[in-house]
Amino acid sequence: MDILSNLALGFSIALSPYTLMLAVIGCFLGTIIGALPGLGPSNGVAILIPITFTLGLDATSALVLMTSVYYGAMYGGRISSILLNIPGDEPALMTTLDGYPMAKQGRAGDALVLSGVASFVGAFLATIGLLLLAPLLARVAYLFGPAEYFALYLLAFCTLGGMASNNQAKAAIAACLGLGIAMVGVDNNSGLPRFTFGNMHLMDGVDFLVAIVGLFAIAEVFFFIEGHGKGSSLGVKLEKVTIPWKDIWTTKWTMLRSSLVGFIAGILPGAGASLGSFLAYMSEKSLAGKDGGFGTGVARGVAAPESGNNAAAGGALVPMLTLGVPGSGTTAVLLALLMTLNITPGPTLFTDRPEVVWGLIASLLIANVVLLLMNVPMVRVFVRVLLVPPWILLPGVTMISFVGIYSLSGSYFDLLLMVGFGILGYVLRKLDVPTVPVILGILLGGHMEDALRRAMVIADGNLMYLFSSPIAIGLWIAAVVGFIAPMFLRGVLAKPQRVSD
Amino acid sequence: MTLSNKSIVAGALLSLGMIGTASAAECIAPANPGGGWDFTCRSIGKIMFDIGAVDKPIQVTNMAGAGGGLAFNHVVAERNEDADLIIAASSATSTRLAQNAYAGRTADEVRFVGAIGADPGVIAVAKDSPFENLGQMLDAIKADPGSVAFAGGSAVGGFDHLKPLMLLQRVGFTDITKVKYIGVDGGADAITQTVGGFTQAMTGDMSEVVGFVKSGDIRVIAVLSEERVPGFDDIPTAKEQGFDVVAVNWRGLYIPKGVSDDTFNMWAERLQKVADSDEWKEAMVANGLAPFTKVGGDFQSYIDGVVTEVRQLSKDIGVIQ
Repeated sequence: MDILSNLALGFSIALSPYTLMLAVIGCFLGTIIGALPGLGPSNGVAILIPITFTLGLDATSALVLMTSVYYGAMYGGRISSILLNIPGDEPALMTTLDGYPMAKQGRAGDALVLSGVASFVGAFLATIGLLLLAPLLARVAYLFGPAEYFALYLLAFCTLGGMASNNQAKAAIAACLGLGIAMVGVDNNSGLPRFTFGNMHLMDGVDFLVAIVGLFAIAEVFFFIEGHGKGSSLGVKLEKVTIPWKDIWTTKWTMLRSSLVGFIAGILPGAGASLGSFLAYMSEKSLAGKDGGFGTGVARGVAAPESGNNAAAGGALVPMLTLGVPGSGTTAVLLALLMTLNITPGPTLFTDRPEVVWGLIASLLIANVVLLLMNVPMVRVFVRVLLVPPWILLPGVTMISFVGIYSLSGSYFDLLLMVGFGILGYVLRKLDVPTVPVILGILLGGHMEDALRRAMVIADGNLMYLFSSPIAIGLWIAAVVGFIAPMFLRGVLAKPQRVSD
Repeated sequence: MTLSNKSIVAGALLSLGMIGTASAAECIAPANPGGGWDFTCRSIGKIMFDIGAVDKPIQVTNMAGAGGGLAFNHVVAERNEDADLIIAASSATSTRLAQNAYAGRTADEVRFVGAIGADPGVIAVAKDSPFENLGQMLDAIKADPGSVAFAGGSAVGGFDHLKPLMLLQRVGFTDITKVKYIGVDGGADAITQTVGGFTQAMTGDMSEVVGFVKSGDIRVIAVLSEERVPGFDDIPTAKEQGFDVVAVNWRGLYIPKGVSDDTFNMWAERLQKVADSDEWKEAMVANGLAPFTKVGGDFQSYIDGVVTEVRQLSKDIGVIQ
């Protein structure tokens, strides 16, 4: 079989003691980078690129190291989500919803192991999907024009209502707030700055890492100060860590479904891992219905977003390798690395440079196995972070966040903005307005607006263009159903109170 | 792992990334990793070190913001006398300076060292497009401006947008605001929109279309360079089709204004060495760049000319007042 011989070629390139060592180092660094709030996978990989040059690594070794860091960061993001209720990076946002409540029930170890396994399943299936279907799947990108993208993002926002809150209106307000923040910056369709007040730092809009760290980590510090160290929600108990076989077994279908959803979201350029974990979580939540107990710390709620975001991470490699279109921020950085190594991704990469593609795929499989081994038995190491008293832990996390954010742009303005978001997060939580929709608004709002504006340019302002293809119509129907259904079911569904609110 | 260990690791991580900063030169890529400016910094920096033009690896800093404006402002306002600083630049830099998009900053506030390669502009269509050549497309737009929508990797008013407008100006089409253009996230994305049939044509750079030309998904109907590009000899220039437009996206560097002439000449010399190296020639071929070497004083006058031209054009088409 072609694939097997190709894979053998890949492993013959990627499997040597030296590259294995690089994979282990990369996975470890990646996990830490992912776990630290403010240091996301994309800047983690970007920071490490100079090392590959300094070490004089060849193309394959550099790729092994960087993809290990990439996958490692996707694994690591869940750790601070679960333990601290602070997402380590954007895609780990959804993991806070059930992961943290689960940890508060004293099942921190279970949540970490379960999410580790879910990450493995997602990443593993996505890598298999990548190697079997990449050239074929690349065509999917051709089916999505502005109208289809608009409907896709609309679907994401329509399912937002009621998420992470027992009050739909408050979730909607939060989402609108996020959409408003997403409008800051230079308007792509006219080149004119909006809401920047003449400040150059606002020209590119608000970085979502700044918003995430502000709304979660800094706000947490304010609560901690207010309560003189008692009111903080950091109070997760640690019991002995065992492997929760039962949870893993009962979530097997969740993992498979979420991997599929995440993989597809990852393939769509621009949608990326955040949308993958979000859609995976929301689809599992609606499948589970009222008995699912999503938001209270259920196993499915932990497994779904982690399978989803790791599968999306793999899926995002499809358009990057086959079209040269990065599907997420991190793949954009990997693209840069490939270009510096004189490898130009595109439709001919699979035929022109098979050793690169299959070496990459083999190294993804290796990294994934290393990460599972690293994350499950070593989970105790990460859980021990909790034994550090909050009055040391919180300022420490905050300090690292400041360094991480500063490394993004090298400007103090982002730090001020981050503190501003911290105050906003504090006020919102006091008002019982959920902060997750704010982030999603910032994350997806810009893309959604761009899609709408492009559609209107192409169609001369004819709104019917938005319903011009079967894919668009299907997404619209799903969006409308997703928005209306909860309204009628509100009486039936007793919305669980979110623990941290 | 305790917290202190964790922060030590994080600290080590960060400092590892900055190996050699102590006295090594720095290259600012005014964009996130992954784009053309990032490529310029990383490949020029790497080659300068590999061929021994500098004795320490050049540290690349990504300073994204305001389409390069943040980095430009930073250099002018805070690093004006830094002799160890180079900044990646391209046609986008001069276009934005010409359009006053850097908040009042002007091209004469820095020194342009040189360009050592250029990415020729292209107009491409999907393989099943009815347009066989540039003339047919321009005629179609003249007859019905709404019938052709362009997709490009730059925002409205950016270089990719200006390319078709420059062509249309040559054929006497004045109703330029009627031309449909959508700015997407990069050239590859513009191609997927065009192959998918959502837009009728793609405007971008040669490097962005190379893979898709080889795979046969798109056809390039005109390249906007003086002469045909080596390796793509069957693609006609706009000029030979009777439309006198040359629009190349050069890749080069600028340095702060306040450095001495010796420093300027030193960087010009190093850049020339890169241009002459085999490594750079390989990198150009792999990335679809055509030779375009203007280093030192020549380049500064070239930039002045380009800025004047783009400013006039932008006024004509109403992108700026």
